[in-house]
Amino acid sequence: MKKIKIALVGQPNVGKSMLTNAIGDTTLHVGNFSGVTVEKKQISFKYKNYDISIVDLPGTYMLTNYSLEEKVTSDFLQNGEYDLILNVADSTNLERNLQLTSELLNLDKKMLIALNMTDEARKENIEINANYMTELLGVNVVQVSAVTKEGIEKLLHNIVQTYENPKKESKLIFSESIEEEIRNIINHLEENKFQSDLSYRKIAINLISEDKHTYRMLNDNPIWITLQPILLASIKHIKMHHDEEAIIDIFAEEFMAFNNGILTETVTVKNIDNTKLTMTQKIDNILIHPFLGIPIFLFLMWGLFQLTFEIGSIPMDWIDGFFSWLGNSVGQSISNDDIRSLVVDGLIGGVGAVILFVPNIIILFVGIALLESTGYMSRVAYLLDGFFHKFGLHGQSFIPLVTGFGCSIPAYMSARILKNDKDRLLTLFIIGFMSCGARLPVYVLFVGAFFSPESSGTILFAIYISGALLGVIMAKVLKMTAFKGESEPFVMEMPKYRLPSTVLIWHTVKSKTWMYLKKAGTFIAAASILIWFLSNYPHDDRLKLQYEHKIELTNDDEGKNKLSNELNQKLLEQSFLGHIGKFIEPAFEPLGMDWKMAVALQTGLAAKEVVVSTLGVLYSLGGDVDEQNSSLKERLSENIPFASAVAFIIIMMIYLPCLAATIVFSKEAGGFKYTIYLFLFTTVVAYIFAFIGYRVALMM
Amino acid sequence: MAKTIIDCEINKLYLVKKLHTTGALRQRLISFGILKGTQIKYLTSTKLNATYEIQVGKMTIALRKEEAMKIEVQDNEKN
Repeated sequence: MKKIKIALVGQPNVGKSMLTNAIGDTTLHVGNFSGVTVEKKQISFKYKNYDISIVDLPGTYMLTNYSLEEKVTSDFLQNGEYDLILNVADSTNLERNLQLTSELLNLDKKMLIALNMTDEARKENIEINANYMTELLGVNVVQVSAVTKEGIEKLLHNIVQTYENPKKESKLIFSESIEEEIRNIINHLEENKFQSDLSYRKIAINLISEDKHTYRMLNDNPIWITLQPILLASIKHIKMHHDEEAIIDIFAEEFMAFNNGILTETVTVKNIDNTKLTMTQKIDNILIHPFLGIPIFLFLMWGLFQLTFEIGSIPMDWIDGFFSWLGNSVGQSISNDDIRSLVVDGLIGGVGAVILFVPNIIILFVGIALLESTGYMSRVAYLLDGFFHKFGLHGQSFIPLVTGFGCSIPAYMSARILKNDKDRLLTLFIIGFMSCGARLPVYVLFVGAFFSPESSGTILFAIYISGALLGVIMAKVLKMTAFKGESEPFVMEMPKYRLPSTVLIWHTVKSKTWMYLKKAGTFIAAASILIWFLSNYPHDDRLKLQYEHKIELTNDDEGKNKLSNELNQKLLEQSFLGHIGKFIEPAFEPLGMDWKMAVALQTGLAAKEVVVSTLGVLYSLGGDVDEQNSSLKERLSENIPFASAVAFIIIMMIYLPCLAATIVFSKEAGGFKYTIYLFLFTTVVAYIFAFIGYRVALMM
Repeated sequence: MAKTIIDCEINKLYLVKKLHTTGALRQRLISFGILKGTQIKYLTSTKLNATYEIQVGKMTIALRKEEAMKIEVQDNEKN
C-alpha cells in the first residue's frame, strides 16, 4: 500500500470540507462562513492500492499570515510534510480563487486543482475549458461538484497520477520587468554554484517577494555578500517600474494579470445579464435591509427558541414516560435495596434526565447548522458589527459567540478568526455568556417548573438574549479596563447564499447529538453514580429505624408521608453530599439557595448536563419512585422558592463553563493565568447578578 | 478631500485609486482583490452607515466605515 498525503487548500466558501465529504464520505463539519475549519482536520480512506489521507487546511484568501488560520495554512504548506497540494476553487468565481492558486503555484510543489461547484457554474452559463487550463497552468485541473459528486472519480484518478508522475515545471510567469530580475539572480546563483534543495528560480522569486525564510537561509551563506547588491538593485528596478508600490501590491497585481490571462483563454460566460439581480442579491435586499435586517434576525432567533421548546416538548413526554417505566420495571426485578437504589435512582434517573433533552438539543443544532451553511451567519456579522463595535467587540466575534449557543468548545476555537490578540481574548472571555446547548436542559427544567407553559418559549428566549446582552455589556467593561487598545479592522466576505445540504446538516447534527449521548452514557452516568453514592452514604440505620418505627405507629396516610419525607430529608443531610453542601451553604444563603442547589451548581463545573441529573438524584431520593406523575419538574416547583430558582438560573447563565470547555479556553487564551481570571470574573459577575435577581424576584 | 467609498453613490462603478493604509489591513484588502485599479461597486450600508457593503468582482465584501474611508476611489468611465 502506498501512502499519499494531500494538503487540501482553498479560499473560504469554496466547499472544501464538503468536497472531502464527497471524496471520503466522512463527517466533517461544513459551514458557509469564513473559518469553519479552524484546526487542521485529517481524514483517511483507501482508493485502489493507495492509502490516501487528506489534511483539510483552514480556508485562506492568501498565504499572508493575516489571521491565525491563514498562518496555520501557510505554515503547513511551507514546512509540513505532504505529497501534493489539492487546491479547491469555486468555478463560479475563478477570478478571485485563482489568486490563491497562483500563490500556491509559486510554492513549486506537486499540485492539482479541483474546480468545485461545476453544477452551479453550468447554471450560470460559465464554460470552463479545463484541459486548456491544465496546459496553461502546468498542473492538472479537474472539474468536480461536491454536491452532485460528478468528477469525484476522475479527481481521485488524477490525485494518483499527480502523485506517481514527476513534478511538472510551474508555468507561472511574471511581467518582463520582474522576469528580467529573476534571470539576473538565477545567473548569479549559477555562477557561484549555490547548493540548495530549492530551484534557483524559486530562490530568486522568494528573494524578490521578500520571503523571510529565504533571507534567513541565505544570510548565513558567503554568497550573500555578492548577492545582496544585485538583489537590492533588482528590487529597486522593480519598484521603479511599478510606481514605488509595496512589493506585496506588485505581486498581487502580477498574479492578477497572470490569472486574467488564463481566464480570458479558458473561461467563457454566455449571455449574462448584468442588470438582473442574482438570487443572492434579491435575498440580501430583504435580509440585510437597513431597517428590517435586525428585526428579521431577532425574529428568526426567537423562532428557533420557540421551536426548540414547542416541538421539543412532544418527544420529551415520551422519553420521560419511557424512563419512569424503565425505572419501575427494572426496580421490581432487583431485590437488594442498595442496588435497586443505585440502578433506579442513580443510573436510570441520572442518565434519563439527560437523555430527556435530546430533542431540544437536536432542534438547536439543526438551527445553528442552518444559519452556518446557508451563509446567513456572515450577514448577521455585517448587521451587528456597528452595534458590536460600540461595545469593543468585532462583527466577526459574532461567529464564535453564536457558536457558543451550541457548545463553548468550538466557540473558543473559532475565536481564532480574530487576528487581534485583545479582540480575541475579549471574545473568549464573554463566550461563556452565550448559553451553550448543555445548559438548555437546566433552563427547560426550571422554566417548565416555575413558569406557565404558554410563556416558556418566550422566557427561554429571554434567558438566552439577556445572557447575550449581559455578555456584550461585560465586553464593554472589559474593553475599557483590561483590554484597552486598537480594534481589528472589519473586512469580510459575504458568501453566496446556498441551499443547505440535508446530508451535511444531518451529519453535523448526528455527530453533535451522538457526542451528547456519549457523554450521557459515560461521563454523566459515572457522575450520576458518584452523586448517588455521596448522597446515600454513609447509611444511618439508627435514624432509619427510628423513623420507620414512627411511621408504623402513625395511622393516617398524610402523617406517614410527612414522616417519610422528613426521614429522607434527614438522611440526605447526614450524607457525604449533605456535608459538602452544608459546608458551602453559607456562600449561597444570600441567594436563597439551600445546600442541594449549591451542590447541583458545583457539579455543573464538571459538565452542565450533570446539574440536571444531580437535581434528579437529590430531589427524587427516597421519594416513591413508583409515583408516575411525580416528575422532577413538579418536585422542584414544590421544593424551591421562585426567587431562589431565579438566582439559580442566573448563576447557570454566567458561571464557569464545563471542565472540557475551560481546558480549551485555557489553551486558546494562551495560559493558565487567564483561566484564573475567567474563574474570578465569571464567579463575581454571576454572584452579583444572582443576588440582584434574587432580591428583585422576592419583591415580585 | 480625496473621494473614498463612503462618498460613493449606490450601484455605480468606481476604480480604486489608492489604499491609504499599510500592514495587516492593506494585506487583507489585497487578499480580497482590492488594489489599485480594481473596479468596485457600492451596494448598501447598515443604518447609521456603520458598515458598508461593496462588490469587488463577483465577491461581496462588508467593511466598517473606518476601513471604507481608507480606500480612495475615482469615477469609472464605464458608468
